[in-house]
Amino acid sequence: MITLNKETIAIKREQDVVFFRNRVNEYAEKIKMGLVNKTKLLTAASELVRNMLIYAKEGKVICEIVTISALQTGIRLTFIDNGPGIADIDKAMTDGYTTGKSLGLGLPGAKRLVNIFDVKTVKGKGTTISITKWKNG
Amino acid sequence: MALSIGQLLQKKSKTVLESWINIQLQDDGLKEELLSNQEIRKQSEEFLHSVISILKKEDSQNTESPEFEKAAEILTEISTSRAMQGYTPRETGVFVFGLKEAFLSVLEKEFKDSLVPYADSQKINKLIDALAILTFETFISSREEVILRQTSEISEISTPVIRVWDGILALPIIGTLDSARTQVVMENLLMKIVETESTIAILDISGVPAVDSLVAQHLIKTVSATRLMGAECIISGIRPEIAQTIVHLGIDLANINTKASLAHALRSAFMMLKLEVRKTVEKPKF
Ligand SMILES: Nc1ncnc2c1ncn2[C@@H]1O[C@H](COP(=O)(O)OP(=O)(O)OP(=O)(O)O)[C@@H](O)[C@H]1O
Ligand SMILES: [Mg+2]
Repeated sequence: MITLNKETIAIKREQDVVFFRNRVNEYAEKIKMGLVNKTKLLTAASELVRNMLIYAKEGKVICEIVTISALQTGIRLTFIDNGPGIADIDKAMTDGYTTGKSLGLGLPGAKRLVNIFDVKTVKGKGTTISITKWKNG
Repeated sequence: MALSIGQLLQKKSKTVLESWINIQLQDDGLKEELLSNQEIRKQSEEFLHSVISILKKEDSQNTESPEFEKAAEILTEISTSRAMQGYTPRETGVFVFGLKEAFLSVLEKEFKDSLVPYADSQKINKLIDALAILTFETFISSREEVILRQTSEISEISTPVIRVWDGILALPIIGTLDSARTQVVMENLLMKIVETESTIAILDISGVPAVDSLVAQHLIKTVSATRLMGAECIISGIRPEIAQTIVHLGIDLANINTKASLAHALRSAFMMLKLEVRKTVEKPKF
């Protein structure tokens, strides 16, 4: 996978979410991603950035335009935080599991909305989640 | 004994002031309509005196001295008020940097053929630079404050509750539905329901860019609250891409009355109220 364009956005407070989402929107438009895929990507991004703010207080997101062939470009977002980590990742990935009193759909939902979903989490150290959405597919 | 730089400038302060004000007025960007000539003069005069009093001191670099603090205070006030009034950083910068220009041009005339001593011009440069940094720091933080305030103002005004028919309220939501905004929306809606004795509320989300689990939860809460008030809530404006995303995300909106568009929602509201909208047929005259 080759990276064409890269940028890091710091997430520290609620206001950063809107800025971040607008930025992802711009990236998606730049590669002419269709409306449905774009909405799915934005929604997944929104879930993960919210989790970051709620459970890890702050973090950063690396936004990249990536390509694997002349035909397939996409957007990869990597959410990095130094929060408490996710204690039981298998449980966290199931629908309805929440340690708060929310719907518990963020992680599993985000996974269903993108093409590649990759989590690395270390208890007490932090969480890194990377998602990729292709322009087509 | 020759006068020190501070004393010299003190003696020439009238000339410096005139020259500085001229520099400020020459700048095309300055918003004449916002700041009167007189105001510029007053601000400039006050600030000039405090700067000269710093230059008269040995330790003019000391940012903790009472003289420096006084100048900083005046400057903070000026850049704050300019930021609030919508001045550009350039227009604000001209104020401080123009003073450096005025000082140096007056000194050049004073020293006629010889050059202005390096130490003296350095002293002025350093002081003005320190003050300029302060100007921009205050300017930017005041701007940020303005932005924050506007954000909360927008969230207040952009959630109007409209009475579209006797007993039917509509609430178009535009932008992101965050927790703070939901609170405003919900309060406005519930209050209007009581006030207008409405029984149907239409929440239109065609202006919401994405419905994630948080937005969905807020919508569900608003619907439940409306039901508790004895009114029915319809959510309209669910665009196709949003519908697909909601399904993949796994949110269950089955218990909620949803419609594709505001028109559909209105039609269904009319039906619930047993109202009928018809084209009138013109009766023949004879
Ligand atoms: N970045 C993170 N750091 C630490 N814990 C996390 C992080 N992200 C998620 N979690 C944990 O994983 C759980 C599941 O997250 P998920 O987003 O699926 O649900 P939720 O945030 O509880 O609810 P929802 O997203 O539906 O509002 C969370 O309750 C939380 O305990
Ligand atoms: Mg979540």
